[in-house]
Order: sequence, then structure tokens, then C-alpha cells
Amino acid sequence: MKLHPILAALRKHKAGTVLIALQIALTLAIVCNAIFIIGQRVERVNRPTGLNESNLFLISQQWVGAPSADAPDGVEKLDALQREDLAALRNLPGVASVAPINSLPLLNSSWTGSVSLKPSATIGDKTGTRTAYYFSDEQVLSTLGLKLIAGRNFNAGDVQHQGFRDSPPRPIVIVTKALADKLFPQGSAVGKVIYSDGSSSPSTIIGVVARMQTPATGSWGNDFAWYSTLVPTRMDANFARYAVRTKPGQLDATMRAVTPLLYKVNPLRVLDDNSIRPFSEIRAKAYRADKGMAVLMGVICLILIAVTAAGIVGLTSFWVGQRHRQIGVRRALGARKIDILHYFQIENLLIAGAGAVIGVVLSIGLNLWLITRYEMDRMPVLYVLVGVVAMLILGQLAVFVPARRASNVPPVSATRAA
Amino acid sequence: MFGYYLELAIRSLKRSPGLTALMVLAIGFGVAASMTSWSVFRAVSGDPIPWKSSQLFVPQIDTWGPNGRSADGDPPNAMDYTDAVALMRDHRAKLQSAMYEISPSIVPADAAKHPINVSGHAVYSEFFPMLDVPFKYGTGWSARDDQNRAQVVVINSKLNQKLFGGANSVGKSINLERQDYRVVGVLNDWNPQPRFYDVVNSGGFSTEGDAVFMPFQTAIQAAIPNDGNTNCNAVPKESGFVGLQHSSCVWIAYMAELDSASAVTAYRNYLNGYARDQQQAGRFSWAPNNRLRNLPAWLDSQHIVPSDTKVSLLVAFGLLLVCLVNTVGLLLAKFLRRSSEIGVRRALGAPRAAIYTQFLTEAGIVGAAGGVLGLLLTAVGVASVGWVLPKDIAALARLDVSLLLLTLLVAVIATMLAGLYPTYRASRVQPAWQLKSN
Repeated sequence: MKLHPILAALRKHKAGTVLIALQIALTLAIVCNAIFIIGQRVERVNRPTGLNESNLFLISQQWVGAPSADAPDGVEKLDALQREDLAALRNLPGVASVAPINSLPLLNSSWTGSVSLKPSATIGDKTGTRTAYYFSDEQVLSTLGLKLIAGRNFNAGDVQHQGFRDSPPRPIVIVTKALADKLFPQGSAVGKVIYSDGSSSPSTIIGVVARMQTPATGSWGNDFAWYSTLVPTRMDANFARYAVRTKPGQLDATMRAVTPLLYKVNPLRVLDDNSIRPFSEIRAKAYRADKGMAVLMGVICLILIAVTAAGIVGLTSFWVGQRHRQIGVRRALGARKIDILHYFQIENLLIAGAGAVIGVVLSIGLNLWLITRYEMDRMPVLYVLVGVVAMLILGQLAVFVPARRASNVPPVSATRAA
Repeated sequence: MFGYYLELAIRSLKRSPGLTALMVLAIGFGVAASMTSWSVFRAVSGDPIPWKSSQLFVPQIDTWGPNGRSADGDPPNAMDYTDAVALMRDHRAKLQSAMYEISPSIVPADAAKHPINVSGHAVYSEFFPMLDVPFKYGTGWSARDDQNRAQVVVINSKLNQKLFGGANSVGKSINLERQDYRVVGVLNDWNPQPRFYDVVNSGGFSTEGDAVFMPFQTAIQAAIPNDGNTNCNAVPKESGFVGLQHSSCVWIAYMAELDSASAVTAYRNYLNGYARDQQQAGRFSWAPNNRLRNLPAWLDSQHIVPSDTKVSLLVAFGLLLVCLVNTVGLLLAKFLRRSSEIGVRRALGAPRAAIYTQFLTEAGIVGAAGGVLGLLLTAVGVASVGWVLPKDIAALARLDVSLLLLTLLVAVIATMLAGLYPTYRASRVQPAWQLKSN
């Protein structure tokens, strides 16, 4: 089929043509970027923390009128309170293991610092590597389900304790593989020495775990999301957190048993609705905003596509009605039904194609603008290409019903008044 | 005449119910999506204290020097203890307060009840008049109480309800971290959003308001530790909370009220003078690099409005734009289909203005119908943001009269704008041509 008559006819319908093309262009630009946002959020939400997240819960609690860590032997008294809790929790039936810990991945409460290969580096001079610290004890790997891939685990003799705001030397640490690879690109980090937070005393890496996410999920934590350092130290403060792994299937029962148990150990403490949370709840809270954004973008995409498809149906129907008589003439002159159908389909392909070309420019422009304004990432071209194909298919689907109606116009219409 | 056009419009819309429904649906969904996003954006970008925000200032002191500045050269967004206390001592603004977040536990008088945990701030007495904090009973404490490190507290109405059943509790005492404090005031529901006096620690939004306020130096003396962020550029040399106070770690928020341009200039000069003094004393080894932003500029610099909210608003407006382009196309089809009718009217003497009025009326009706649908969908949208957004933010999005009116107005005006070009084309129809072709 020759394109010339189609182009000539479109010239007579400039406004309608421009409107459909514009609509397709805008839809393409918005849908591409929205789907890209959805893809990114889904990827974020699905990244594994490195933990075995089932049968795991967290206790966060605070003692009332606890001894001040500033007072003489205050730290010792606080540590005694903590050990008392740990002993009671470890005796609870249904509990597999318990570890005191300052935070967990996705908890958004972090202790960050920097580690460096040289001693006495000043913090903030940007030569160090940013990391998040987890202070725990020898049960941390089994409790969180972390996978040790090199070196050894902490043992009970390694575990120290310190006041919450103190910074004693950290003689041994376990780091994640990501951090080990960053610090020692040649490999074999085990046995090597690093210096944390500008300290002059060395920390020896005794083990490497496969993966462990840092607590922060905000954009500020993206650069070091996998750079975690585990320190065998119980933190002593007026509050404490305990990670608890239960035996399979005993999560709910164990969680219910914790509150009465801890009150029995020491009634002068705060335990409220938020104190005992399964890890699934921590995960849900951390990614709520991401899921919400993905849902929102999805809804908007659906509405957009529906509106654009409906617009194409509406305008093409109008054109079919308007050209009723001309179609009749063409049919009378020998055009087959399929020729009329193809005419409208090719017409739509041309308009949608033109719209898609503008849409590609708009999509990339919108993406670049979002990058400068809202910390968005660069959108892979694949998204735009898939978007273009999707728009062309959408146009063909939308045009089919009116085009078929056009192809059913009988040749006899040529002889009738419009 | 208008009544006649109304009748014509309704008759015309009834003639092609499919097309009409399409336009109404498009406008309804477009308007509802934008208005729902708008309600969220409005909630998080609102001025928490509009009558005073231009007089409230947040000073930033460059305690850390070049290595501690952000990418755009800003000093830390909080203060260390030394600077905060020095600024309070110099007392150069009309009203000012250093603040830090606390999270003490309260032991109820009823021994059968378990202790509870409350959030709050340690502040100076000028905090209350500076921020126009509303009181239900009593007042804040005095400057003398600040100096004497008095054992007093101000509690919010929710905590008052919990501890004292809502009765006037001024003069009664509560047990915080196992020490007794006398209640001097009870707030009348006060939970500004964002929590502008300390956005660094609260992250901006919180459904739970601060329950307890106590004098800054009283809290320091009682060793009630800070509960928010602590940022350090060097590891503190001494241990504990006292070590934190002697360190260069930043953890204190600060706000000052400056009523005139000259007061702002004077305060700026004072801050620079302070930094120069520190430079001379050898504490800073760099030239003064302070900031003094008023509240709106400060909230902006701290990116309080989540970028997700802005992107959603943008995308929703994009959707509305597509819906309008769609409406232009459909109205064009609808109007031009009636070229012969227009031809007859024009031939019978109707001026172009009459054609304009007739078709804009029709567009307006479509807009109004779309607006009504939009209202319903906006109500559904606002009610369901709680399903998708973080709770602290979702709780702020509200359906009120102004949002409803705005929804209707946007729908009608946008549709009439969309109707302008089709109407123009309709008014250009040549009567002779139409009559001839029939």
C-alpha cells in the first residue's frame, strides 16, 4: 500500500493527528520513567540482607533508672543487667540462639564510621572506607544466619564489653566480603590488619561473611550498603537490643513468652508494643515507602494507558464516521475490506510512530531532569525501546475496533448522502 | 440563553454516551490522581508556623572545618555542646533555645503498671514563647529555672491524659528516670508537622508529638542522654555522656527568633565574630563559614519534603496533562461532527460568540461531571494513601473543603481550557459550505 494517500489525508486532519501523537509521546515519556522507578524499587525491596530472615525476631528494651555509664563501675553494672537478660533468653524453650546487637539490617538505626589501611587517619578526609558496625557476641553468626566464607567465627573468649559512648580498641573484627574486596582487592583479607575510625590500634580481620546489609535504607546509605563490620563487643547502655533465633515454627510462641520472662528478670524496664518485632515486620516497615511508590506508579501507568487507548479509539471512530462516504467510494472502486482495515492500521502506525519518536526524546529528557533534581539513576535505553514497542502495539490494539467498523462500510454508501 | 445552551449541551452529550463517558472518566481520573498527590504534597510541604516562620532562624557554626563540610560547603547541620552553650550564654537574639532529643522512661505512680517510654526534648525556657507553644494548663518555666537547673517539666495533653486522667496536673510530680519532676505546664494538642524545631533528629514527620519538655541544663545534670543522631568527625577523647559534651561531635539543634532585617544582620555579624574569636583562640583553624537560614530556607536545605512525594506529584500532573490532551481530541471530534448543525445556526444569524458560549458550556458540563467523579475518586485516593505511604506521612493527607473545591475548580477550568481549541474550530465552520454539502 502506498503511503502517499495516507499522508495526504493526515494533512487534512492536522489537529487530530498532532493530538494523538502528542498523547502517545507524553504517555511514553511518563510510563517509561514510571516503570523504571517501579523496576528500581522492586530490585531494592528484593535484595537479600544476607540474613536468614525466618524464625528471627528482635527485642528492643530500655531499663528504667539504669546506672549511668559515666558513674564508676556503671558500665559493669549495665553489663551485668544485659548478661542476666541474655542468660534468661537463652534458657527459653523454643530459642535456638540469642545475640545482643546494636542494630539489624533495615532497622535504620546505625553506627557508622570508616575503616582504613593506615593508622590514625582523620575521619572525613575521605581516604577511609565507610562502614556500619554491628556490635555483638560469639552467637551473632548463628543467630542471624550469616554465612562465614573465610577465616573463623568469634569465640566466647573474644567477646569484650564497653560503655555505649566509649571507643576502646577493636582487636579483631569480621567483615563482609564486599568490604574485604574493597579494602583488599587482591583477596585473602583474613589475617590482614585495618584501622577503624582513625584509631592507632590495629584490628585484625579474623573472618569474612558472604553478605550482610547495613541498617540504613535511606539514600545516604546507598554507597556503603554492603560494607558491614562485626565487632565482638557487648554495648552497655540504658537500653539493649537482642536478636533471637527460634527453632522452626516456634516464632510466635517464643515472642509471646518474652515479655513476661523479661519482666520477671527485672520489672524496672520499658517493653511496649514495638519492643518485640519479627524481622518480617522490620523489613515491611523499611520498604513501605518503596512499595507504596511502586504501587502508585503502577496505578498511574494503568490509568495513562487506558486513557490514551480510549483517546485513540474515540478519535479514530470520529474519522471513520467522517470518512464514511469516502470509504464507500473506495470500496465501490474495488478496494477490499482488508485494504480499508490496513489503511487505518497504517495510519495509526504512522501517527504512533511519530509520537513515539517525540516520546523517546521526552522520556530521556524527563529522566535526565529527574537525575539532576531527585537523585534518580540513569534509565537504560532498553526501557525506552520496550516502551516504544508497547506504544505501537497499544495503538494497533486501540485502532482495531474502529478500523474494522470502517472495513465493514458497504460500497453502496458511496451513492448515499453522508 | 444560558439555560438553552445547557439544554443543548445535555442533549448533545446524551446523543453520544460512550464518548461523553470517556471524557468524564479521563478527567475524573486525571483530576483525582493529581489532587490525591497534591494533598500529600501540601501536607508535607506546608509551613508549620506560617505567622512566624520568616522570623525563626537556624544558625550553623563551622565546628569541623573544610573536611567536615557537605558537598556544597555547608557546615554541620547541628551543634556541638561547646558552641550551643556559648551561644545561649551570649544570648544575642530576642528569643533562642538550644535543644536535644531525649527519650526517658516514666514510672507510673500506680505500682501495678509497667514503666513507659516517652519522647521529648530538653530545651531552654524561651522555647515556648519563641514557638508560640499553646498551653492548656500552666505555662513554661522561667529563665531562673533554667539557671537553677530546676526539676520541672512540661508535658503534652496525651501524657497528661495517661498519667492524670486529663485533670489539671500543674504542681503534681512525675517520676522520670527515677527522679521526681514538678509539672509546670500541660500543652494543648501541639504536634507541628514537620517537627520544625528539630528536623535533624525527628526526620521531619512523626505521628506522635513530643510528650515531655525539660530544662536543658537540668537534663544535662541528670545525665539524660540524647536520643537522636550524634555525628562525630573525631572519636571523643573522654568516655560517656560527659565525654560527648567535651567532644566536637554535633547533636544539638538550635533556633533563634530575629524580628527585623537589622537584627538578622547583627546576629550574622555576631556569629562571624564568635567564629573569629574561636579562630584566634586556636579552636578553629579556618575562616568563619557560618550559615543563618530562616525556617523555610532551613527546611528546604534539609530536604524535608521526600523526593518521592515530589516525583509522585510530577507524574500525577503529567497524567492530568495527558487526560487533557485526550479531552481536546475527543471534544474536537465531538464538536466537528456537528458541523452541519453549526452551519445551520450560523446561517440563521448566530454570531461566533454564541457558538463559543454554546460549546464552552458543553465543555464546562463535561468538566463538572468529571469534577464530581474526581471528587469521589479523590476521596477514595486520600483514604487509601495510608495503604501505600509511610504512616507518618499518610496520616497528614486530609480531605477538606478547600481540597474538594479545588478538585471541582481544576476539573471545570481545565476542561474549559481543553475546550477552547475545539470551540475555536467549531466557530470557524463555514456555514455556506455545510449547507451546500447537505
